[in-house]
Amino acid sequence: MNMQKVMTRMSHLVLPISVLLLLIIINLIKGADYFSITVVKGALYGNIPNILFGASELVILTIGMTLVTAASQGQDISIGVSATITSAIFVLFVINAAEVTLVTIIAGFLISCVAGLLIGAFNGILVSIFKVQPMVATLILFTGGRSIAFMIDGKLSPILANDISNQIGTVIPGVPIQTPIILTVVFIIITAWVLKTTNLRLYAQSVGINPSAARLNGINPKKIIFLTFLIMGVCTAVAGFIAVNKAGRHDSVNLLKLIMMDAILAVAIGGNSLSGGKFSITGSIIGAYTIEMLNRTLLRLEVEPEAIKAFKAVFIIILMVVSSPVVRDFTRKIMDRVRTLGLIDGVLKRHAPETAAVSSPGSIKRKEE
Amino acid sequence: MKKRVLCILVILLVASPLVLFAGGAQEESGMIKVGIVNLPPEESGYRQANVEAMNSVFSKENGYDAKQTNTGDNTEQIAAAKGYIRDGVDYLLISAANASGWDDTLKSAKDAGIKVILFDRLIDTDKANFQAALVSDMAYEGDMATQWVLSLGLDKINLILIRGQMGSAAEIGRSAAVLKAAGAGKLKIVADGTGGDSWSLEEARKVVEAAIAAGKDFNVIYAQNDGMAQGAVQALEAAGISHGKSGKVKVIGFDFNRFALRNVQAGYWDADMQCNPRQAAEISKWIKSGSLPSGIQYQKELLLTTDTITDELIDQWGINADPGKGVITR
Repeated sequence: MNMQKVMTRMSHLVLPISVLLLLIIINLIKGADYFSITVVKGALYGNIPNILFGASELVILTIGMTLVTAASQGQDISIGVSATITSAIFVLFVINAAEVTLVTIIAGFLISCVAGLLIGAFNGILVSIFKVQPMVATLILFTGGRSIAFMIDGKLSPILANDISNQIGTVIPGVPIQTPIILTVVFIIITAWVLKTTNLRLYAQSVGINPSAARLNGINPKKIIFLTFLIMGVCTAVAGFIAVNKAGRHDSVNLLKLIMMDAILAVAIGGNSLSGGKFSITGSIIGAYTIEMLNRTLLRLEVEPEAIKAFKAVFIIILMVVSSPVVRDFTRKIMDRVRTLGLIDGVLKRHAPETAAVSSPGSIKRKEE
Repeated sequence: MKKRVLCILVILLVASPLVLFAGGAQEESGMIKVGIVNLPPEESGYRQANVEAMNSVFSKENGYDAKQTNTGDNTEQIAAAKGYIRDGVDYLLISAANASGWDDTLKSAKDAGIKVILFDRLIDTDKANFQAALVSDMAYEGDMATQWVLSLGLDKINLILIRGQMGSAAEIGRSAAVLKAAGAGKLKIVADGTGGDSWSLEEARKVVEAAIAAGKDFNVIYAQNDGMAQGAVQALEAAGISHGKSGKVKVIGFDFNRFALRNVQAGYWDADMQCNPRQAAEISKWIKSGSLPSGIQYQKELLLTTDTITDELIDQWGINADPGKGVITR
């Protein structure tokens, strides 16, 4: 019974987890030491820490992208550019400070969060009030945003060479885990807490499934869509903060370039519909780590640099086909048939009517859920 | 009725800049008229330095009446070039966004007696269509860098090659010499990766992390720009592998970003190869001397190592922000 409950709740995670498992198997075939972790300079080092480290910005942006997708039925393609602008403001604040202390960094981060909120509000107003398609609305910043960041940078790419930034981008002495990983985990916990304690999930889903119906039920779709874009703004500020501290300098041209592609893909791998509605942030997060693992798997397999893009494309096509509703329905049917056969088999073997009696209320209950 | 008003409004909107710009084209006597078609400075720190040099060299004080168009759109660039030809400039300086589609424009410039000088980027066209071109020779840069690697005196060279955008002129040129040396058995490429289309720091880091995870033994990192060299070194740092002047792994980057040069100066990296964006001074020298060279000219470029680097050189040739002496960008 309990198991069944868990199974139904986890069913939407079957796809992202199976994809992840597939990649892990490929990596283990290539070398059995895939999970080995050593300690270097007091911090954990190995393939897994590297993946967690490398995917941190993507994971954070994917969380925002999932919410935006769910409520607005479209995608924000300006996320990399927004993160570049917010981090430019962060860097501007820090390098103009007389002395770089932890307070300076935190103040700079909060200011960049405000900038993120403003960007989110800009996109959100376009989408929610003016009903511009999300992809078109965010295209504005996507096109012009890097020039804005370039101007904020004073036409140069400023350097962030202070110890605190370096520790945020690498490790804090005495802490065995790289700082970006810790920040990402904290962000995930905060998101989970917000979704647990507020009605955001329900509201975003109902707006995404049918805005008019949501409105008739007293949920204002404009507000909810606007809110998801604000959250996205905070996500971009956090991602920009991590990215720029990792890089140690602000490169307005290349920072988080084209990351929206990976974020959208992560949402899709996570089993979410790109046309809004029900969503699973857990799935998206697994999707984001899967993409990072995929990138590294291609390097591990030593794919030629000329062919690496093509290989990635082939992998993604396979993933998408496997995850398509057609294939999923097909596998579900087969699974059902196997299960029924197993049940009949069990009944015949044991000659015990109790088995059937016990299993039938269970299945009715499942239907109710 | 409404439609007609709208039509008139649109026509007025379209026509107004034409009228405005027509008034702006004034003759100034005694000045050399130059039209510059360039890419936008926000494209990169490299382009910023390039545009800055153009602005400071082709100024009124230096006797030039220069007009400049900076756009990354090839059609807009061609339109601007045609405008300059109509204005009757003496020299037309072009750094094209796209290497093709320029034939007609270049021919009409030639017919009008305008000397065309290409800078920084070449155009796929007949040599007769332009007077001269001043560009960086990517193959030369690759040669210099590879020569440096070979001259390090290492017993065995196991090199990680981190390429830029695959198929770009810079990537092809900077890879050629290394691949040739590897083919001749002078060095061994233990990992061959790319930073992708954005010459990405993160991708470069992953390439080196993958090599470390695979237990590869390497002692040279050849990264085709400074950002990727930085990513590679971050991977070494995280894995606790020594690098730089007194370290195991020798690191070379390209492009002469000032942060990279400071890293070389501090012995954190080993060398950096120049890619000079400042063609303006040389072109001005040609124009002032009255004798223009013909055909493609290559700039002389520097390779600086921990031994040869100086503050003056960093100040003079570097691009982008200077973190200051002794500051390491990790």
